[in-house]
Amino acid sequence: MVETSDIRVVRCGGSKVNLTPPIISSDSRFVLCTSGDLVKVYSTRTEEWLHSLQGHTNQVTGITLNPANHLQVYSCSVDGTVKLWDFIDGILIKTFVIGCPLFAIYVSEKHTGVLFLHVSMATDSKNECFQLVSVHLPKSAEQEVEAKEMSAVSSHISKNPSCTAFGRGGEYIAFARHLQLNVYFFRKQKTYSFSLKATDKKGAKNAFTCIACHPTDDCIATGHEDGKIRLWRNFIHKKEYTYSTQHWHHNAVNTLCFTPEGTHLLSGGIESVLVQWQYGADNRKEFLPRLGGSILHISASSDGQLFCTSHSDNKITVIESSFKVCGVIQGLVKGDAVLTDLMIDPRSKALVLNGKPGHLQFYSLLRDKHLYNLDIVQQEYIYEAGLDQFEVVKAAFDIKGSWLATVEERGKKSSDLEFFLKLWAFDERTQSFVLNTTITAAHTDRIISMCFSSSEETTMLVTAAEDSQFKAWCQGADADTQQDQNFWSCDFVGSYHKLNPTNCSFSADSSLLAVSFQEVITIWSPDTWEMLTTLCQPPGVIRDLCFGRLSCSKYLLGTTTKNLLCCWNLLTCELEWSTSVDVSKLQPDPFSENVAAFSYQSKHTDLFVFKPSEPRPLFTNKNVCSEKVHRAVFVPREEPLNSCDESTQWLNRSQLYFLTQNMDLLTFSTATEEDRMLSSSKQLVIDDSVAVTPFYLLLGKHRQQQQKLNTQSHPVSDKPQQTQGSVTIKELLHTPAHVLPAASVLCSMFVNSFLISNTGVQQDPLREEMDSEKEEEDSEEEMEACDSQQELRAQGSVDEVTPKLSKAQERELKRVRKTDFSWMAGLIDSKP
Amino acid sequence: MGEFKVHRVRFFDYMPSGIRALAFNRDIERIAVARMDGSVEVFHCSDRFFQEKIIPGREQCGIEGLSWVGERLFSAGLNGGITEYDLTNQKVKYTVDAYGGPIWTIAGNQQGTHLAVGCEDGTVKLFEVNEDKIQFERNLDRQKSRIISLSWHPSGSKIAAGMMDMIQIFNVETGHSVHRLLADRGVGTSRSKECVVWSVVYLSDGTIISGDSVGMVKLWDDQTGTLIKSHNVTKCDVITSYLIVPLEWQNEDSLVAGTSEGTVVQFQFISMVLGKDDKEWVRTRTFKNHTHDIRAVAEITTAVVSGGMDAQLVVRPLLDKVEVRSAASALRKIHFPHRRLVSCARKSGLMLFQYPGHLELWRLGESEGKGSSLFVKRNPEKLLHLKVKGEDHIRCSAVSPCGEWIVYSTASSLRLYRLHCDNNNVSITKISKLPMVLSSANQLCFSSDSSHLFSASTQSSVHLVSLSQSGCKFVGTLKPKSGSHQAIHLLAASEDGKWLASANSDHEVHIYNLQTRKAHCTVPVYSSAVTAMGIHPTTNCLFMMYADQQMCEYSIEQKQYTDWSRMVQRKGLHRFWMERDTPCLNVMFNPQHPSHVILHDTYMLCIIDQSLPLPDDKTQFYNQLTLKSLPEEQRKSHSHAFKVCKTFKDILCVELMSDQSLVVVERPLEDVASQLPAPIKQKKFAT
Repeated sequence: MVETSDIRVVRCGGSKVNLTPPIISSDSRFVLCTSGDLVKVYSTRTEEWLHSLQGHTNQVTGITLNPANHLQVYSCSVDGTVKLWDFIDGILIKTFVIGCPLFAIYVSEKHTGVLFLHVSMATDSKNECFQLVSVHLPKSAEQEVEAKEMSAVSSHISKNPSCTAFGRGGEYIAFARHLQLNVYFFRKQKTYSFSLKATDKKGAKNAFTCIACHPTDDCIATGHEDGKIRLWRNFIHKKEYTYSTQHWHHNAVNTLCFTPEGTHLLSGGIESVLVQWQYGADNRKEFLPRLGGSILHISASSDGQLFCTSHSDNKITVIESSFKVCGVIQGLVKGDAVLTDLMIDPRSKALVLNGKPGHLQFYSLLRDKHLYNLDIVQQEYIYEAGLDQFEVVKAAFDIKGSWLATVEERGKKSSDLEFFLKLWAFDERTQSFVLNTTITAAHTDRIISMCFSSSEETTMLVTAAEDSQFKAWCQGADADTQQDQNFWSCDFVGSYHKLNPTNCSFSADSSLLAVSFQEVITIWSPDTWEMLTTLCQPPGVIRDLCFGRLSCSKYLLGTTTKNLLCCWNLLTCELEWSTSVDVSKLQPDPFSENVAAFSYQSKHTDLFVFKPSEPRPLFTNKNVCSEKVHRAVFVPREEPLNSCDESTQWLNRSQLYFLTQNMDLLTFSTATEEDRMLSSSKQLVIDDSVAVTPFYLLLGKHRQQQQKLNTQSHPVSDKPQQTQGSVTIKELLHTPAHVLPAASVLCSMFVNSFLISNTGVQQDPLREEMDSEKEEEDSEEEMEACDSQQELRAQGSVDEVTPKLSKAQERELKRVRKTDFSWMAGLIDSKP
Repeated sequence: MGEFKVHRVRFFDYMPSGIRALAFNRDIERIAVARMDGSVEVFHCSDRFFQEKIIPGREQCGIEGLSWVGERLFSAGLNGGITEYDLTNQKVKYTVDAYGGPIWTIAGNQQGTHLAVGCEDGTVKLFEVNEDKIQFERNLDRQKSRIISLSWHPSGSKIAAGMMDMIQIFNVETGHSVHRLLADRGVGTSRSKECVVWSVVYLSDGTIISGDSVGMVKLWDDQTGTLIKSHNVTKCDVITSYLIVPLEWQNEDSLVAGTSEGTVVQFQFISMVLGKDDKEWVRTRTFKNHTHDIRAVAEITTAVVSGGMDAQLVVRPLLDKVEVRSAASALRKIHFPHRRLVSCARKSGLMLFQYPGHLELWRLGESEGKGSSLFVKRNPEKLLHLKVKGEDHIRCSAVSPCGEWIVYSTASSLRLYRLHCDNNNVSITKISKLPMVLSSANQLCFSSDSSHLFSASTQSSVHLVSLSQSGCKFVGTLKPKSGSHQAIHLLAASEDGKWLASANSDHEVHIYNLQTRKAHCTVPVYSSAVTAMGIHPTTNCLFMMYADQQMCEYSIEQKQYTDWSRMVQRKGLHRFWMERDTPCLNVMFNPQHPSHVILHDTYMLCIIDQSLPLPDDKTQFYNQLTLKSLPEEQRKSHSHAFKVCKTFKDILCVELMSDQSLVVVERPLEDVASQLPAPIKQKKFAT
């Protein structure tokens, strides 16, 4: 097998943003978080993804601000390197090679040039033993430095990184494992340890879950499994140490964080309530409830103005110090299990899967952004363990994306299974799916498989269920219903020897339907509902079924539980070829003939990409990951790559994403692609540098219009829009003030630059545009007078632009907008 | 172990009285407890909290405060008097009226020269403590509202007084008020209610700490009169008593506060940055051991002691102060007195229950049949309800073994009754002409043939009175050689009428020969108090149980410890035996098995078989179940001397009757709790 070097597995898009505590830059403008192999930089104000720091080759496990330079950030990764970044420009400054997988990073102001890292001690994964080591960073000008000067601080480290914290300016470090709290004083080089009993008579579970140290006082706050928070003091004494206990959380405290001033302690747990305890008066506490998933991490900005909480539903919430949520950064929601397949919405090209409980989420992988949630179950979800609630288990799109079929069910174990089949129509006006039909008793037993016919003209849904039947559903076939509303109803019920169906699939042109019944595949004609033929290849129940596409459409592929991958020729109704491989997921690419097969053998997953017509695989990748792969999807590319290399050709039109059992969404990236991304990221300029003020809106609007004119011919790209201001303005804004020459020198240069840009053709359209805008304004004013509802809508549209403006500001803005600013343009024009 | 017919008695409705005040004396390591019924008890802190002394109360005598001055104990109450106690003879020494209406609080200064009391009329009265009495000295400036709490500055020059809505600081020399600190009222509906400063503490560095009815513990500065910090200890809606009493006078680094929710909150004076001196009071631990409001807390050297409405005294150890963790430093809850309140007429099946204000005489029921629970043929029957004459409460009582005589004593009088019992008619006659010496007794005991009454009197002497049909006759007085003045709390007479043993609070045990009426010998004094003793009917050995769970057997005839006792001392007792936290209250002997000694404490009944080997720390102590599972021949090798029965709980008394049946008097704590007033309603999570 040829191990291709330029294709590698990356965590890119849809990764966990809640793995480590997010950090807020010291000016509170950016939130940094780890996301797979990247470190992502978001704006705290707009919640937009600005850029990412790309360079690690494995999961990034920790980030922390450089205490010596607040514009730099350290990141550590499982790949064994620590990288120092300039996170504003996204430039990699230095790479320190440590040489062993790193799991967390800590720095302290007192220890300059020293990093504290969690490394794994034991090589076998069974008894995980972590060590806290301090690494002296060598002073070297080179880009990549090997840091070998390591010394162990302690080996009694919990694998949970939040169980380690620096106290009072780095005087000591506190770390807890199980039931023991250790405090190591750097100056005395002495460790004090305190242990608690595992349980007490009242059933308290005392295991430590997290630690935070007070910034100025010698006080350590620890969270415990039963929801208690203990504040430890006097911990330099073996016996006279003391602690006070607070109890509000009813379950384990996941995280604790002191505010930088030390006046408050923040805590969070599974309740998804952020609790603020007043330090010193512990009874006084404030709550911020209903934040979504359970809180995993809390971090505070260095000025204490902003807090960030990261949640189990892959979300970061930005919270003002007045306890108001001011921003939500939503990642791909991955619960404990994805029950639906990974799907692509044909319209938005978004990845669709289970999201919030009872919802389907639409996630744009290209922009790595959560688009929206579609509430399928439409019932209140109760956050309580062991409660049997409705969950979306199946979903399917038709080929145009105008229909969505979902199945929700509850009663996984019990006999009283309840499920609904729902059909959703895409509403062009609201640009979302609207419930069309709810079928309460579609089958008498659980629906196993579901697919839409792929023909353009008629849409048909086929469901196969454990009641040994498959049903075809059509729109508007029922005469009883009203004519103008096209509801879905059953068209045909088919069965085969009372066998339970396992899978169903339409051919690419919808002329054939294949339904597998245990070991037998039946081929049906959807037009006449006549069974054409049966295919059988015992032993083994059919697990996966798919038709070939394009030139290979005469082939039908199937996998069985007895580790066989079979390919039938539908013209001859004979087995074309079969091979013995344990395929856990068979995924056809809808844009090519290629089929991807994931096989799980001896504790690692291999990937084969092949064409049904060719016996030799196009691409093989051994050991893609160590877990089983059950979900995979081909995501169409925005712009196709034009790679000629045979092994990467299959990635030209679409990208293969797959989900492991650990809920990691992985994909393959080629070397050329990475190069392109790197080069593009360098060019990115942060347009967030200009604050959203009324004046900015005024100027920015003109600027955007101008830009629209310039880019009319170009298709709208998804990348963040570049400001189209003149080079001089940019220069002026981006050069630090202390290096700028005197204003008098700049002035002429500045004005001259305007001169050049305003010459020629651009002048007229600008003026035209302004005129037309003025007309629009007038008409709007009229409408305001007559219809107040209209005004509301208009206000709403303004809201979208400026989400943070108050009503008064808005009114002010409107007034300013209505005044004629054409004199300004005249002024600019007349200046030369 | 043998089988017994057991009378399980649950009709003794004993109600322990709620605790109202606590006072700890560091020098003699005693803690004094005042109860709602006016009784005062003294516990020995370093002797496993044995209840050394009980001074019974009186009707209408609500004690509000206790204070030690040196080794003298004073109390003050709502009757307006200051009382000093005679701890040697366990009685009230004298009462001085303060003439200021009900007294809410009493506090002695550290120099031991003065007592201050806070009165209803708004005066703080100073009393000089003289050699034998206290003398009124003067009043401090009179205030408008009553004085609820007082605290002396350790130097003795200033007094802080807690009142309604405020705290006053007085200069003791001038008697004038120096500062007035206003305490805030609660918010909302409680704004209209006065804020009662239930307790104040004056620290040597000038910090005043107050606990009030709003639920706040506040720290004040006495120089500026400003509030430094306030801690909300309980929720605002609770407006009952909060008491806070610190007793860490030497270091002043710890303070405890009790709340009406039954929690004790500890505050500690801790440096915020380690190794530096800027210390702050920080709320640290919370203990919840009470169900009802806590009326008194005290911090002793190694533990926090608290008591309240639920009548239990809780000793919560502070592990950071305990040197060695042992059974002596474990959490301890004292529910019942360490004295016997029940006496049995062994031969006639009668039981005498001692309540504070009356006595009840019951006849035990009869049963028939066999099995683990027997059919009751005749129900137990209440024969007599004897009310006490006068205001004093009963100190001790006894019924003679034959059931013909009943005797009880209060602080002022002793009464002897003769019981006539013919079938269903029960009548008593009071013996009128008592000898002069029988004016009052500390402990009472009948001889086994009911012919003599032994009455423990002052100066550790025992008066001997012979009883006959015609009346009683004073026979003589037994005096110890040692000349101890302490009161006797235990008496034990031998079965053959030859010997009498008495134990007093000095831990002395004297043995008298009743035939010669002379002191026979004295058992070597042990460091711990005797909690129970009995004389063996056949061998005439005195078996003694001590408060630290040690046991001794002393041969009276040979005047030395027996071989078995020496073996026990040499080998030591089992760890589980030593870790029990209630003292043994009775020693009985089974005439059918002379080697058996029957003991009981609050939680168990134990038979010690002196013929079997003693267990060491490796053997299984509670081995009855294991023994049952073993075959007969192996049992012998596994059995040891201690056979513990835990079938019965909350035992007040166990007695072996002459018909070989056991009487077990239980007082289940649930029954006690059900008779208490309802506690403050608290919202609990998930209810």
